[in-house]
Amino acid sequence: MSADRQKVASVPSQRSKDQFLELYRQMVLIRRFEERAAEAYTQGKIGGFLHLAIGEEPANVGVMAALRSDDDVFTHYRSHGQALARGMDPKAVMAELFGRATGVSKGRGGSMHLASLEHHFWGGYAIVGGHIPMAVGMAVAHQYTGSDRVVVCIFGDGAVNTGAFHEALNMAGVWRLPIVFVVSNNLYGMGTAINRSSAVTEVYKRAAAYNMPGVRANGNDVLETEATVREAVEKARAGEGPSLVELMTYRFRGHSMADPELYRSKEEVEQWKARDPIAAFRRRLEEEGIATAAEFEAIDRRVAETVDEAVRFANESPEPDPATLFDHVYVNP
Amino acid sequence: MTLAEITYREALRQALREEMLRDERVFLLGEDIGAYGGSYAVTKGFLEEFGEKRVKDTPISETAIVGAATGAAMAGLRPVAEIMTINFMLVAIDQVINHAAKVHYMFGGQFRCPMVVRTVGGGRRLAATHSQNLEVLMAHIPGLKVVAPATPYDAKGMLKAAIRDDDPVIFIEHSLLYGTRGPVPDEDYVVPIGVSDVKRRGRDVTIVAYSRMTREALAAADELARQGIEAEVVDLRTLRPLDMGPVLDSVARTNRVVVAGEDWRSFGIGAEVAARIQEEAFDDLDAPVFRVNQLEVPAPYAANMERLAFPGSRQIVEACLQLLNAPAAAFAG
Repeated sequence: MSADRQKVASVPSQRSKDQFLELYRQMVLIRRFEERAAEAYTQGKIGGFLHLAIGEEPANVGVMAALRSDDDVFTHYRSHGQALARGMDPKAVMAELFGRATGVSKGRGGSMHLASLEHHFWGGYAIVGGHIPMAVGMAVAHQYTGSDRVVVCIFGDGAVNTGAFHEALNMAGVWRLPIVFVVSNNLYGMGTAINRSSAVTEVYKRAAAYNMPGVRANGNDVLETEATVREAVEKARAGEGPSLVELMTYRFRGHSMADPELYRSKEEVEQWKARDPIAAFRRRLEEEGIATAAEFEAIDRRVAETVDEAVRFANESPEPDPATLFDHVYVNP
Repeated sequence: MTLAEITYREALRQALREEMLRDERVFLLGEDIGAYGGSYAVTKGFLEEFGEKRVKDTPISETAIVGAATGAAMAGLRPVAEIMTINFMLVAIDQVINHAAKVHYMFGGQFRCPMVVRTVGGGRRLAATHSQNLEVLMAHIPGLKVVAPATPYDAKGMLKAAIRDDDPVIFIEHSLLYGTRGPVPDEDYVVPIGVSDVKRRGRDVTIVAYSRMTREALAAADELARQGIEAEVVDLRTLRPLDMGPVLDSVARTNRVVVAGEDWRSFGIGAEVAARIQEEAFDDLDAPVFRVNQLEVPAPYAANMERLAFPGSRQIVEACLQLLNAPAAAFAG
């Protein structure tokens, strides 16, 4: 990890035991949810693309933990974990993956297009980098209305070489907008390693071009992620402008379910898996005497029930009514 | 109510100004719309009157302009973005087609995108990349509304309707229309989107047109009248959603149609109108539907070449005469 990155002290004393266990619960929920989604995909219950974030759970959970409930999230197509960490109902998220009427986007979006107005979760978008300008637009609106809401825009390291990234970050920099750009750097844009696609592989350094602070944090450490993002968010809320936060992480699974992973070695993947960030977090809390094995096991059991229930709900939910095919093309047709 | 003869440009200025005074949520963003006064001077003086908050000069970043308008609209504002010419819409087309046109449907109706993108077609002596008429690219897309008014009255009324509309509206002006004059009332009014308009009554032939070609069609009708032919002119005004009602009513009476557009013929607006007529009024036709369009070359710079390439009233007159002079039997199987 770079020496430039944000240094975050171990902060157990500042948090309650319940808060730690909640972070753990969310990460386990994402892990189990995505494992079941992968299973459902192989059974043909889920169609199209399915992009898993297994291995990246701390980055998902840490970002959401740093936000107020009325802050606004724009994200990319690898967003099951972010949706769950934001508090969206696992049943409705799974139903969306299944293409059911009860899904968060009424079955219109699927895995890549999760959204919830209630949670200020403005959508997963699947044109790489394409949602970054829209997130900037929402920050324009907050500045315009004098709102103290902050926008967080999440994307991967593949997005940083799109024109949309450059245009959007420059605009945010010029206008000093209340937005935090979070790049989840899992070292590969689909199957192309970052050093083969980016002239500057330390993404946070690009912030200098947009006159905003850039920081790098260990995205596999949920506490460090939360603290780093929180500092950037509160800076934005205080009117001090945008930031770029780079979270270093790694996805254990392929880019999508169709990925044969020819571009990286099994050894590399196994090395990362051996440092599983959820297991590491649990071990740390146990070692520091914050929670016991029995308490973690109780959470694991609850999560398993939640995911079972989500799959059951999705299975039993109806497909969208064909009579509604043309609904929502226009507000006023 | 009193009527004043004003230019198309002034009509647009009045619409923007009145809507900005009426609704605090309306703001403008675009390249050189403020300090410079707008490349076609539509927003001249607006920065002085409304200030930087509501008249935002942007970087040359078409993707970010449309994306920011989309995001601000999702947040509840009513942005009016200006894309300097329709040629530059191509730089922003991902934001228009993959994002603005999709956010309402793709997330099951949770979000709205009440934005307007104003842009300008039809340059002269500007060569191949500054003279295009690309409305069909946007008219093809479900989720967008696309308008192209021909008169000052329609320009003002339709821009007001577009700003008040809850869906994304692509508002296409024409560089050769800005200086044209027509009567506009001094009271508040809107011209609804999605309603075609009969601009001149006639019994012999129907000319369907929009934008600048409506003016050319009216000039052609004057010339035809001198030759004893009464042409009916139907102005589409809105390209999507397309209102075929007045066209079909007219065809039922005249039985002969010329569709005039400044776009290229292949796969163009005229192709769609002709297809709809044969689907819905086949038995009313005494002859094939004729089309008048720009010739299928990139716009040349040289004045004589350019005159050859672009259509005007002369080509419409010729098409009508050809259609009327041929005996019906000439078209029979």
